[in-house]
Amino acid sequence: MNASTNLALPAVQIAANEALDTVASEDTGPHLSGVTSGLSHFLVPGEIDVSHGTILYLEDVTVRFDGFRALNALTLTINVGELRCVIGPNGAGKTTMMDIITGKTRPDAGRVFLGQHIDLTRLKEPAIAMAGIGRKFQKPTVFENHPVWENLELAMKTDKSWLASLRARLDRSAQARIEETLSLIHLEDQAHRLAGELGHGQKQRLEIGMLLMQKPALLLLDEPAAGMTDHETMELAQLLNSLRGTCSMMVVEHDMDFVAALAGETGVVTVMAEGSVLAEGTLDAVKRDDKVIESYLGR
Amino acid sequence: MTGTNPKAHLAETPVEKPSAELAAETDLQIGGSGGDAGGTLLDVDSANMPGSPTEGMVSTPEARTAGFALGLPARPALLSGRAWLALLVLCVVVGIGVPVCALVLPDTNPLHLSAYAMTLVGKLMCYALAALALDLVWGYCGVLSLGHGLFFALGGYAMGMYLMREIGHEGKYQSDLPDFMVFLDWHSLPWYWRGTEHLAYALLLVVLAPAVVAWVFGFFTFRSRVKGVYLSIITQAMTFAAMLLFFRNETGFGGNNGFTDFKRIAGFPITHPGTRTVLFLLTFAVLVVSFLGARAIVTSKLGRVVTAIRDGETRLMFLGFSPLSYKLFIWTLSAVLCGIAGALYVPQVGIINPGEMAPVNSIEMAIWVAVGGRGTLIGPIIGAIAVNGAKSFLTANFAEYWLFFLGAIFLLVPLLMPQGIVGLIATVFSRKEKRE
Repeated sequence: MNASTNLALPAVQIAANEALDTVASEDTGPHLSGVTSGLSHFLVPGEIDVSHGTILYLEDVTVRFDGFRALNALTLTINVGELRCVIGPNGAGKTTMMDIITGKTRPDAGRVFLGQHIDLTRLKEPAIAMAGIGRKFQKPTVFENHPVWENLELAMKTDKSWLASLRARLDRSAQARIEETLSLIHLEDQAHRLAGELGHGQKQRLEIGMLLMQKPALLLLDEPAAGMTDHETMELAQLLNSLRGTCSMMVVEHDMDFVAALAGETGVVTVMAEGSVLAEGTLDAVKRDDKVIESYLGR
Repeated sequence: MTGTNPKAHLAETPVEKPSAELAAETDLQIGGSGGDAGGTLLDVDSANMPGSPTEGMVSTPEARTAGFALGLPARPALLSGRAWLALLVLCVVVGIGVPVCALVLPDTNPLHLSAYAMTLVGKLMCYALAALALDLVWGYCGVLSLGHGLFFALGGYAMGMYLMREIGHEGKYQSDLPDFMVFLDWHSLPWYWRGTEHLAYALLLVVLAPAVVAWVFGFFTFRSRVKGVYLSIITQAMTFAAMLLFFRNETGFGGNNGFTDFKRIAGFPITHPGTRTVLFLLTFAVLVVSFLGARAIVTSKLGRVVTAIRDGETRLMFLGFSPLSYKLFIWTLSAVLCGIAGALYVPQVGIINPGEMAPVNSIEMAIWVAVGGRGTLIGPIIGAIAVNGAKSFLTANFAEYWLFFLGAIFLLVPLLMPQGIVGLIATVFSRKEKRE
């Protein structure tokens, strides 16, 4: 991390950000701190402070590409443990939003925080991933020349420095974790096959498995059901629903049946249009919203 | 399992280790925490053998309750049993055969190894080592360097400096200074020549000079995320710039004549058959150790990360890996191996000049790797020996056609055998297996 940029930050935030660079944790789940009761709590380096019940803040985020505002003062928050669906027409800025959160694109203005203290606009992609954000791409992105189990091994949450990788041994507990994830995504039989030989739906599941190996606190899924059969889509919805409680999720999707299966009757759905939030509420509520009907669903 | 895939040999190794041994190892490492994995996980189910035909996307519930186990060793075996045996036999044959043929047998014996033959094979082994080094970055990391000739030459120059100092007063001008400095009317050694009379320091330079140049170059290019053909062009420019620098007399490395006329190495006369034999065996040993070391690296998790950088750098970054340090490690290591190859090359061939940094030399290296089969480690060794063996034969017998031959290889190999010689052999074998 660039030391000079840190000078302007409050001391606590520096500590939190620096700890992320050296995070080398053992087999623990998402780091969440501050959920204890009482008025004060300790900040633990490398852990996401969710004392206000919010895991992700986007405040007035603006991104311009050659004058075009891909995101226009976007403000959005995700609560801990929530499964949030984001829908919207093409070009609404959904993928750009994910690029901002994961560090691929820098915002021109606005603030992006993971928990209370981790400023994502100051971190690079690997540091953001280590902080606990996993991202699924629109097109299934797996390592095609690696066997399925190696894909999962690479994703496993562990020390990811080159020296640690050089020394790494695939011990029993690591294999047990890979086996566990393989059975969760129903790919046990394919463990030794090259990922490139898998079918489309299997690749999608493998990529989700890779994200789970990261033990993320927040999962970003960009159109995970794209190109899947109806049956596969519903299986995926089931899988994501079963992950509720283990991590927070944000799902960008076009398929309304899939969104309905994920959001249920009470889940919050965010509708984006032209780079900002158009409406937010339960799926039924946003479907009845006039603005949404106008710009997205059509009359 | 596909025979043509360069990583197919990796998949062969697991499951061979007895599960009892595996269990013992695990206990040592993680103590009691392995207990929760349960005994059933250690049983290697034959259904999970690599390459077993499997259908259906959803496995049967029985498979899950029976305890699914990957059954992989903590570290894959470096080589298969047969490969170890072949390597051992080769080491014994070379270790005993070469000294006997070169030193014991008289000149008249048809099995006698002439100085020419020893130099030629020694040279081929140096090229093989350089090709192995290039394969690490190109075949495994996807970084096509067209400037590895620079690292080769830097190692060679570091060794050359020592050899020049070993000449002592026996040069043409009988001065303390190397001849070319006397010729340029210099009266003292430049500062960077200090200490080069010590072999140990020269050997340190052999490693450090390419390492530092590679690290600095790699840091700035990889950090700026320069990739693909742009990176190749920059490496080419780098070696060309260095060549122009070394051509200048003022640089202090003998200008376009470089270093030659060596007399001794470590006190032994450099052209003596005994010295040549030792150098030959040393080169062979370095090649074998480097091959095994490179195998250890590409079969480690680091090796898997590096190939993942080659195939999907963005995905890897979003998994929390920082590709810069991985690329720098493999790039610098490759440069050092190339430098060592150059350092072994110079005393055997007896000359080093800036021509070694010419862009065409670096391009030839890439051809050796492509011909042998990249991403296989053994392929580039075979490729370097095959192409240079052909070069020696053709330049001796049909000198004017050599370049046409080189051009033909350059055109035909990517078209007809994209996986190189090793890939071709693997395809032939897998076809034979299918027929049986």
